[in-house]
Amino acid sequence: MAPPDHRRPFKRPTISDQQRRRELSLLRQAQHRLDAQHRARCLASTVLSLEAPGPGPGPEPEPEPVPELELELAAESEHHVEGGGGGGDSRSPSKEFDVRQASKLRGAEARKWFARQLMLPEWMIDVPDRLPQDWYVSARPAGKRCFVVSADGITVSRLRNGSVLHRFPSALPGGSRTRDVSGSAQSYSILDCIFHELDQTYYVIDMLCWRGYSLYDCTAEFRFFWLNSKLVESGACDPPSQNHRYRFSAVPVYNCDENGLHAAYTGAVTYIKDGLLFYNKQAHYQAGNTPLALVWKDEKCSQYVIDTDSNGNVPRLQQVVLELQDDFKLITSDDPPVVFGSLDNDIVQKSGLRSGYLLKFAISDGGLSFVDGRLDRADLQYLGKSNRARAFADSYSKVIFQYSVRHSPLRIDDLLAAISSRDDRENEHPDVEMVD
Amino acid sequence: MAMEITQILLSAQSADARVRTEAETSLKQFQEQNLPVFLLSLSFELSNNEKPTESRRLAGIILKNSLDAKDASRKNILVQQWIGIEIAMKSQIKELLLRTLASSAQEAWHTSAQVIAKIASIEIPQKQWPELIATLLNNMTQRDQPSSLKQATLETLGFVCEEISDQDLVQDEVNTVLTAVVQGMSLAEHSPEVRLAATRALCNALGFAHSNFENEMERNYIMKVVCETALSKEVDIRKAAFECLVSIASTYYEVLEPYMQTLFELTSNAVKGDVEEVALQAVEFWSSICDEEIELQEFESSESADSGSPHSRFIEKALPALVPMLLETLLKQEEDQDQDDSTWNISMAGGTCLGLVSRTVGDPIVPLVMPFVEDNIRKPDWHSREAATYALGSILDGPTFEKLSPLVNAGLDFLLNLMKDENNHVRDTTAWTLTRVFELLHSPANGFSVLSPENLPRVVKVLLESIQDVPNVAEKVCGAIYYLAQGFEDAGTSASLLSPYLPDIMTYLVVAADRTDSGDSKLRTSAYETINEVVRCANIAEASQIIAQLLPAIMNKLAQTFELQIVSLDDREKQSDLQASLCGVLQVIIQKLSNTDETKPIILQYADQIMLLFLRVFACHSSTVHEEAMLAIGALAYATGADFLKYMPEFYKYLEMGLQNFEEYQVCAVTVGVVGDICRALDGKVLPFCDGIMELLLNDLRSEVLHRSVKPPIFSCFGDVALAVGDRFEKYVSYALPMMQGAAEICAQMDTDDEELMEYGYQLKRSIFEAYSGILQGFKDSKSEVMLPYASHLMQFIELVFKDRQRDESVTKAAVAVTGDLADALGPNIKLLFKDRAFLNDLLGECLQSDDEQLKETATWTQGMIGRVMVS
Repeated sequence: MAPPDHRRPFKRPTISDQQRRRELSLLRQAQHRLDAQHRARCLASTVLSLEAPGPGPGPEPEPEPVPELELELAAESEHHVEGGGGGGDSRSPSKEFDVRQASKLRGAEARKWFARQLMLPEWMIDVPDRLPQDWYVSARPAGKRCFVVSADGITVSRLRNGSVLHRFPSALPGGSRTRDVSGSAQSYSILDCIFHELDQTYYVIDMLCWRGYSLYDCTAEFRFFWLNSKLVESGACDPPSQNHRYRFSAVPVYNCDENGLHAAYTGAVTYIKDGLLFYNKQAHYQAGNTPLALVWKDEKCSQYVIDTDSNGNVPRLQQVVLELQDDFKLITSDDPPVVFGSLDNDIVQKSGLRSGYLLKFAISDGGLSFVDGRLDRADLQYLGKSNRARAFADSYSKVIFQYSVRHSPLRIDDLLAAISSRDDRENEHPDVEMVD
Repeated sequence: MAMEITQILLSAQSADARVRTEAETSLKQFQEQNLPVFLLSLSFELSNNEKPTESRRLAGIILKNSLDAKDASRKNILVQQWIGIEIAMKSQIKELLLRTLASSAQEAWHTSAQVIAKIASIEIPQKQWPELIATLLNNMTQRDQPSSLKQATLETLGFVCEEISDQDLVQDEVNTVLTAVVQGMSLAEHSPEVRLAATRALCNALGFAHSNFENEMERNYIMKVVCETALSKEVDIRKAAFECLVSIASTYYEVLEPYMQTLFELTSNAVKGDVEEVALQAVEFWSSICDEEIELQEFESSESADSGSPHSRFIEKALPALVPMLLETLLKQEEDQDQDDSTWNISMAGGTCLGLVSRTVGDPIVPLVMPFVEDNIRKPDWHSREAATYALGSILDGPTFEKLSPLVNAGLDFLLNLMKDENNHVRDTTAWTLTRVFELLHSPANGFSVLSPENLPRVVKVLLESIQDVPNVAEKVCGAIYYLAQGFEDAGTSASLLSPYLPDIMTYLVVAADRTDSGDSKLRTSAYETINEVVRCANIAEASQIIAQLLPAIMNKLAQTFELQIVSLDDREKQSDLQASLCGVLQVIIQKLSNTDETKPIILQYADQIMLLFLRVFACHSSTVHEEAMLAIGALAYATGADFLKYMPEFYKYLEMGLQNFEEYQVCAVTVGVVGDICRALDGKVLPFCDGIMELLLNDLRSEVLHRSVKPPIFSCFGDVALAVGDRFEKYVSYALPMMQGAAEICAQMDTDDEELMEYGYQLKRSIFEAYSGILQGFKDSKSEVMLPYASHLMQFIELVFKDRQRDESVTKAAVAVTGDLADALGPNIKLLFKDRAFLNDLLGECLQSDDEQLKETATWTQGMIGRVMVS
């Protein structure tokens, strides 16, 4: 006699391994399809073009050696405001790599590629509107700015000029061989960090990619949220161990209201501060110069407010590096560039200078004069050709910030005043921004 | 107008093959040339009492087969043909059929009843045969007609109710049908045949009686008649009445309270004293009550309080009397039961019901069953010992681990001893009980197990001794090992407990698979499937060596199948089955070893030989592609990656064959999956094969014969192909995209009340999205403009899917991913399309709030992609 249709004979073996094999195959295929599509998506959004922030004209910059001195490095990081400028040179072929491919590049190629991936904040020369509403503030750690990529079981940190700082195992996704044994090979991450020598810690100031997911096109608000929730989870903030050589740590980020600014400025942190970083909440991560991230400093929160020369001394006159153009005009690295003046035909002829050269000047006692908030005239004194290691001219914001520091610095009180006065104004005329 | 076809119908049943074939051919020609007259002629033959029984019988069968078929697509064609016949002709046919019900030849009216029901199933939902019910009921009041007309009419009513749904009749019709049926059951003047037909008709009509069951008077009356009928002196009628009760138990659970006392007595008496076929239905009544309560409990726990129907806790209330009643049945084994697992008798039904009761009430069943177990397990009569271990095995699902583990721990030794019992049945059932113990009470990954480092050695020892027992016991022991291994899967360090025994376990399983003392291949199949599970669940670091040794051994066995002597179809089938098992094991080994970098080289080292074996398996079978070999090749392609290219020239023709196998749709489905594997393995190198593959996939989609379950995977496969070949997918776009759009339209019109259809709808939506994802990503780097004309349709489809509030999360995931792909691939070109799509924010918001990390990450990515489009 047969059981009712829906009643399985109780003692029949419950195994239907064939069905199970089919299902497991389907599961495996679905997983691999997901991986493949996932990979396609991530490659898409992390493709960073060599062309877009292409190098400016001028002699091929030589790869800089890894600087030994922290001081020099810190100064260097302020000197080189690269990217974005120069009006797109077509000398380098338009090669596109994603980060994983790029991580396989070696030597000069690799340095060249990685040197162009960091987002470079402008210097704060006036206070942006709506600081408390639209901006974050954090205390920038002193140290070596670097780009940290974890992929294929190894973590590599590269300095701003693209040279390798460390190659080490870490708890970041894909960062060491022991983790994620079964995990996807596509699991990789990219962080924007500052390596702080004293406690041998990577302070993470931004997150570009996490576990294969690109955050390039996400707002800072989201990136910081992601950074804070994911970094600890991964174990990257744990103390160093055999498979995790350096500790990572997130930098505390505050809303830029009165309390937040105060906390970033005076709050105790585990690292030596080097100024304050401001991020616009809506801004995406973009390689090169951006006015949507700003840096500001004074003596209280930084040891390196005024530029030093290569010997670490503060020169009497402020020095700037500008790029010479065909028409002898001298421009900054900004896009579009700002013209600081032009060089006499005589000097050009005498010194054998050519278009594209980077030249060093001192700002003489005549200083800079402005009309309607725009640079009108600069009293420049030609010093000579710039260091061959330099790739770019100074940015406008850097020159102006340094100039202000020497003459009438933007003080913390100015920032605080801007916050409170703007709070008031907001309250009275909520639509004032719209009218603008 | 009807044609005289008696002679042809008789010839079609001739013993002379030539005569028969000729007659069949002319019938077929007639059918093709003039279907309406053909059907009319058949009806005429069927209704004509002057005609020979043989020709009437065949006429009836052909009629039935002209209206219905098992295969859904064939059935649809037949239905359309019937609808296309002109109304006057159809009326004549129906009139003849109805007239046949009054025929004295039982065979004729019985067939006619079935044909009428088939026509009713087409016409009643369309309101095209409104007079049918009235005509039939009129038969019931004709005084001068034979009693067989009432019987035929009731049978027809039953068949009709079985074919149509309860929405197809208005309440008045339902009332008159029920009245006629219930009267047919209850009036003593009716013959037993009429009462039996009426009782069976009621069983089918119960589904229409919702409003009648809501009315207490009507309900009381129906219940009274059914209960009385359950005491009829005719066995068939009693059985039919209990079948009605089973149906009532599941359809009208919520109104049964007042009748439960009566029903308990009725069923209890039947279980104890009635003949087995009636007793089985009485037990089934309780099983159905359990089904209802289990479902209510699951529904309650997932949907919280306000479920409409109340849980009446009938099982809990009846427990003290119900459990002893069921335990009694366990002692009524047949002498030769269990040799065949499909056995269904009173003790099997009783054990099954006991298992359901256990799942319904949980812990309280344990103290009611354990005394029976302890009391019987030592008795000299094997029936007692078998019943005891069967009872124990039956109640392992339901009660908590805390409640069961002390008992099982204390009794495990006893069970292991019973594996040496002198009686085959006792050993067989004990092995099954051990299987259940490991299946249900051994899950270290979830923190509980009755197995420990202390008792495991003896457990394994006994199992390996018993696997050498007679085949039926050995087969059950395989099951026990299967679950023993499964429990250790993902069990962290506990998994290592089993590792030292793996070499022995493998050896004994292979020996068991090689045994020839079993009448059929079940032991062999079980042994190989258990090997599969052991391999799958093993800790790879500790077991890689033993698995690596198993690989050449299994390859060798597969090579030996080519040497088998094949003289009959039966030999061929046996060879194929054995190859299926061995390919299955190879697939599992390939998948296991290619999963880690350390063990993958083992597979690569053997890849050429393995592939050669699979190709030889294919070559053994000319008509079809071997499904298991195909499945294994998918795993191999994944392992070898781009190196798989060298096998393609040889393998490609089998891929084609597989994709063309409409009849065995599983084979086609598996092959479609393998196409995906190959695309991922070969990447751009798959291009030379794509024209052929795409053509076959498109044909598969167009086929009306191919099972629908294969179609979603084909769409996913489009995505796989596109992702592999990138912009060279361009030439397929004008074929593939309209198909995808068409399928999207089908999704839009799908009936959302049908649960099974809904599940299919999810699959289809998911796979359409996957196709778009692959294609968009494939085109992203160049020629993405090819996809521009399709963007807006896709966006509408995404919106439509999003608006379905019940959508499955996997569908959401695919939808949000494809949204990002659309933005990623087409960029600023479709800025306008993304503008003012408020639903996108809702979709992203919903995903970002999900607990599923993967979904959140995908949504984040998509948000970024959309953001990039909008700021551009």
